[in-house]
Amino acid sequence: MSAGTVSLSRFQQLMAQNQAARIARRKALNGVMLTLTGLLTVLALIPLFWIVGYVLYKGAAALSIAFFTQLPTPMGIPGGGVRNAIEGTIVITVLACLFAIPPGVLAAFYAARYPNTPLGVAVRFSTDVLSGVPSIVIGLFIYVLVVQPQGHYSALAGGIAVSLLMLPTIVRTTEEMLKLVPHSLREGSLALGAPEWKTSVSVLFPAALSGIITGFLLAISRAAGETAPLLFTALGNERYDIADIVHNGMVQKQGAFTILARIINQPADSLPLTLWKNSQQPFPERIQQSWAAALVLMVLALLINVFARVWVEYRRRKLQG
Amino acid sequence: METRLNSTPPSNWSRRLQKRIGHGDLPWQGLIVIASALVMLIILGIAAFLWRQSSGTITKFGWSFVAPTADPNWDPINDNFQAWPFIYGTILTSVAAMILAVPISLGIAVFVAELCPEWLRTPLNWLVEMLAAIPSVIYGLWGLFVFLPVVTMPVGKVLGNTLGKAPLLSQLFGGPIPESGASRLGAALILSIMVIPTISAVTRDVLLAIPSHQREAALALGATRWEMIWQVLLPYGLSGILGADLIGLGRALGETMAVTMVIGNSLDPSPSLLRPGYTMASVIANEFAEAVSKIHVQALMEVGLALFLITLALNILARLLVWSVARRTPQEVRA
Amino acid sequence: MQTKLVEIAPRQQVRTVETNNKVQTKDLQVFYGKFRALADINVAIQENKITAIIGPSGCGKSTLLRSFNRMNDLTPSSHMEGEILLDGMDVNQPGVDVVEVRRRVGMVFQRPNPFPKSIYDNVAYGPRLYGVRRKGDLDSLVEDSLMKAALWDEVKDKLHQSGLSLSGGQQQRLCIARAIAVEPEVILMDEPAAALDPISTLRIEELMHDIVQYYTIIIVTHNMQQAARVSDFTAMMMIDDHRSGRMIEFGPTQDIFTNPKDKRTEDYVTGRFG
Repeated sequence: MSAGTVSLSRFQQLMAQNQAARIARRKALNGVMLTLTGLLTVLALIPLFWIVGYVLYKGAAALSIAFFTQLPTPMGIPGGGVRNAIEGTIVITVLACLFAIPPGVLAAFYAARYPNTPLGVAVRFSTDVLSGVPSIVIGLFIYVLVVQPQGHYSALAGGIAVSLLMLPTIVRTTEEMLKLVPHSLREGSLALGAPEWKTSVSVLFPAALSGIITGFLLAISRAAGETAPLLFTALGNERYDIADIVHNGMVQKQGAFTILARIINQPADSLPLTLWKNSQQPFPERIQQSWAAALVLMVLALLINVFARVWVEYRRRKLQG
Repeated sequence: METRLNSTPPSNWSRRLQKRIGHGDLPWQGLIVIASALVMLIILGIAAFLWRQSSGTITKFGWSFVAPTADPNWDPINDNFQAWPFIYGTILTSVAAMILAVPISLGIAVFVAELCPEWLRTPLNWLVEMLAAIPSVIYGLWGLFVFLPVVTMPVGKVLGNTLGKAPLLSQLFGGPIPESGASRLGAALILSIMVIPTISAVTRDVLLAIPSHQREAALALGATRWEMIWQVLLPYGLSGILGADLIGLGRALGETMAVTMVIGNSLDPSPSLLRPGYTMASVIANEFAEAVSKIHVQALMEVGLALFLITLALNILARLLVWSVARRTPQEVRA
Repeated sequence: MQTKLVEIAPRQQVRTVETNNKVQTKDLQVFYGKFRALADINVAIQENKITAIIGPSGCGKSTLLRSFNRMNDLTPSSHMEGEILLDGMDVNQPGVDVVEVRRRVGMVFQRPNPFPKSIYDNVAYGPRLYGVRRKGDLDSLVEDSLMKAALWDEVKDKLHQSGLSLSGGQQQRLCIARAIAVEPEVILMDEPAAALDPISTLRIEELMHDIVQYYTIIIVTHNMQQAARVSDFTAMMMIDDHRSGRMIEFGPTQDIFTNPKDKRTEDYVTGRFG
């Protein structure tokens, strides 16, 4: 059949005139919009490189051995470091893990095993809700719950507050990892006569472990960077010095528990908290220390994140063979 | 051995209980139930405690504490508190942040989910996640010393000279931006940078969940790629995309440190974006540690309660929307 | 009878050859990366007839179907060699607009996939792409298409309800209406009744008989009885030793089913395997 028109069908009549131009316009719009999305992606990533680059640049200049090993000098006097904040960060993060991981993992076991019961649904709903609560509100809550009754600020209170922020991540990741374990594993264990709890602990948990650890890492990374919940719980403490506490404790022959109690029961600083406070000071050396703290914090957060992603990829490839 | 003279058989649960105790399951079951209940209780606890703590100010000021019409007067010295300026500041900065963040996040999600080559997808996802991994206080630090002077201040000047002179918008864009750049505009801009990763990640997942036969149906009719995305995919995933936006809004509303460091923390009476201000979160962060009088503390607690309730409602709405897309996707029978 | 389309998007010179076949392939090879999914396909499809493509699963039937409207382009690793001619015009040559090809060659999918829009908007989607705007025009096009798809009577009072509110069989007829609203010349059907119950299947088959006067229909089906009932011509495909799909026999359906030339065809249609 050669090209040629006889009569046009109804649709062809109704089609817009100048269809060639119309199609060209449609394709032009297509090109413009698709390019636009690419440009917007680049735009959104610019701050990433800017921040990372700038923090590297300013922070590196302020880093020194003293930064890590010394306590802060009085305001306005140059020198000193943020050892108090580093130790505080460690103590608070460890406490937060202690408070968040056991209940979080256990609750995840329940939600994974009985997802359709009222309590299972409530767990998932609650963790979703909890993840949306502003961190400063959590700080207020712990202030009322712990600081007021105790009568003083403490690393303990800070640890509890941060644990509430870690909890949703831990529950969610653990639950998802548990769900990924094939049913056959669980049924095999039960068929051998193992009770529920042994199945969960000895079979399911190890199988899901690597994924769960990834969840822990991401939660820890978030915990280490939190500031707002510590504002009225741990408060900050430029004199926080574990070595000193331990030393004094040994000299006065105090028991291990007493020493531990002293470590967690006083106000403490953390890297992000000290970063913030220093940034509000008019002294340039304090601001320098903010940048250095920012560098340490950022490298820590990004490293953990990268490591967690790489770990996930590695495990995934391994499983796929 | 129980003697059962009546013919009622032992109830089901007592039989199960005996079985469980024997195997060590009961302690385990008990443990995980308690842990689960704990999580639920925390939410209730937050609400309850904050409510109790603000009872003083609730009884003293009632609704006028939050009403926009009451006399805006946050006066710790005379123990007279009215929180509307903070609510306004929170809403203004968050909405402004969303106006920027929603289209950009949509663009990113469309690009990553539909357009970019396969090999680029994972690196892009990583990069966007890195943005989310940077602690808020570092955003604040960079915001304060770099972003405010370099970007916010010039932009504010331009906006002030253009939109600030326009008849309707002069309220919103009037008043000179401070030399430091510390302003609600700065907070809005930083907030948008911070919520883009969250919104775009969820939106991307929503798009990826849309079954591919919808795409094919549109393309088979002769639609261009963009027409397929705009006319078929986005309407299909609309509720999920809205949910993603609301999740982002929730984050913006509650963001504390970055906002505190760039917003100027002042009770500026002007409603303009270009002037410094307060948000609910930033006033708590700024004033709580130094609040002396009991009623001041209670007022701040009430602000915290208000913030909690707003983000709670938003979060629930957002989750419902995101789930509704997953439920609408018809059951795919895997061949 | 469908009239020939005016060239509506002439850009560069587009080469055509004289041919009596509506759709034709010449030495078509389709690759996914290095893997050759289709090998040496030579088939000629006649206008206004129903041609069925049958064969065991995995033999490339869908791949062949999708190359007719360039849907394989959507798979990044796929590429082809050889020619696919629509009225003598190679659909893959540079001057040809894929949007135009897809309008002329419509497709109905295995699972009904109406858009989450109203019934009206589903059918009107295609015409709107091509600039039909006025309500009166759209109304009559929608009615026409729904009537041709034997769905009008069932939905005429609920045109503004969602397309997803219909039953499976109705949804598939809606998809057919949607496809024919832009008046294609060829309709590709990829196992259109596979997800439907027997009664809906029969209705689809009746529909095909009714509309073939307007279109050329190519249907992929794994259901041999369906192929025998419905088609005028049948193409039998199978994979060779290298897992590439080949067309091993083609001819009038009568011949293929009662007197196949190739033993493998005979084995397949008599149910000895597949």
